[in-house]
Amino acid sequence: MSNTYHLTTPLSEEDVTKLKAGDIVYLSGTIYTARDAAHKRLVDLIEKGEELPFPLEGAVVYFVGPTPPKPGEPIGSAGPTTSYRMDSYSPILIKHGLKGMIGKGKRNQEVKDACKEYKAIYFGATGGAGALLSKAIKKAEVIAYEELGPEAIRKLEVENFPVTVINDTYGNDLYEEGRKLYEKKED
Amino acid sequence: MRTIHYDDIVKSVKNMIMHTATNLPEDALKALKKAYEEEKSPVAKKVIEQLLENAEIAKTEKKPLCQDTGLAVFFVKVGQDLRIEGGTLKDAINEGTEQGYKEGYLRASTCDCFTRENLKDKIGYNLPAIIHFDLVEGDKLEIEYAAKGGGSENVSRARVLAPAQGKQGIINFVKEVISEAGPNPCPPIIVGIGIGGTFEKAAISSKHALFREAGSPNPDPELDKFEKEILQELNNLGIGAMGMGGTQTVLAVHIEKNPCHIASLPVSVNVQCHSSRHSHIEL
Ligand code: SF4
Repeated sequence: MSNTYHLTTPLSEEDVTKLKAGDIVYLSGTIYTARDAAHKRLVDLIEKGEELPFPLEGAVVYFVGPTPPKPGEPIGSAGPTTSYRMDSYSPILIKHGLKGMIGKGKRNQEVKDACKEYKAIYFGATGGAGALLSKAIKKAEVIAYEELGPEAIRKLEVENFPVTVINDTYGNDLYEEGRKLYEKKED
Repeated sequence: MRTIHYDDIVKSVKNMIMHTATNLPEDALKALKKAYEEEKSPVAKKVIEQLLENAEIAKTEKKPLCQDTGLAVFFVKVGQDLRIEGGTLKDAINEGTEQGYKEGYLRASTCDCFTRENLKDKIGYNLPAIIHFDLVEGDKLEIEYAAKGGGSENVSRARVLAPAQGKQGIINFVKEVISEAGPNPCPPIIVGIGIGGTFEKAAISSKHALFREAGSPNPDPELDKFEKEILQELNNLGIGAMGMGGTQTVLAVHIEKNPCHIASLPVSVNVQCHSSRHSHIEL
């Protein structure tokens, strides 16, 4: 059974604990983009005890490296990138207040455990639907690491950004459960 | 001797790249529509619906289908009776690539392997292109292009099997690769399989197999049957669109086969995501 929710960031513990793997969520509010290089810098800052370029408490990060915007557009094509490259960094961010991640593809056990222990959600967005997803992004502004180009951290204002819950706060994994339902075993 | 000018090649390559970034080819669209009709899982059906909608938006708003506009991969057939005037063919393709990616507001995705520094200011915008040349009869120039994203390349694999493993060994290997890939290469996917030749020949054949019109019959009846058998086995895995579970994981399986050494059976699996952006021109 899948439910549909409309949520606004920053996300609270109450927001995330009601979600179950397979639920559809439309996110609105501010989200931040970050890929591998930006994640590495964020984790370095945390380890040094320095201030981050955005508040982590209740935050949602989107793993994306958009195409350059055409004049007059807030952002170019902006679909998710494969998430496993962020696996070694995500648990540290989750421990420090991150409540949501948006990407595509499998996460490792450490990330799933962190989602359960510190109450965070891994959302999947449809990979390769960059033109469609960019329509839900109303504003974009580079707030850190401009020199990283597509990998810079951007602050996005989104309206009804469509995502699906992959890993919830109870240890469920939609990739594993969905596949089991449709797998045909040999006799 | 026929002559083509360097600048004409640059222009054609540029236009081909810009067009392909925003227009999903007819064969991929048709395959996705069929998958939409046949999908049993409501969640996966919804995903495929988004992909079709995405293709429509990309086309009408001239927005890249996917933010990963790939490395530029070319298969080029050069007629032996053709002369290129004004520069080399390789330079022309690279220059057309740079212009197309820049003017089309596409992403520059080439970087140094170790420092991971983007090479757009060092070598050129999304350069170098990956180009495979072939010399053929005649005086024509044929260029096939694909925008190859990272997600589906990352799960591609090659292995040299023992001859005794035979067809069953090939099926097992392909299943292992696709099962392990799961949601990561953005299913529904197209699977290119290169069989035979040497290690690198198998890999190049598996890439070239992806250029065939999705789902068109293989001209070799034995391979056609083998493709359908593998397709069924892969769809039985239940991975589904974006890995959320479903019946339509693989849109098509394409095989290219070459004679191989008596001691080996090389096999390569190159995965193409649903955003199968490729095109073909003849000059
Ligand atoms: S795998 Fe294909 S559709 Fe998915 S993000 Fe990469 S290029 Fe885009």
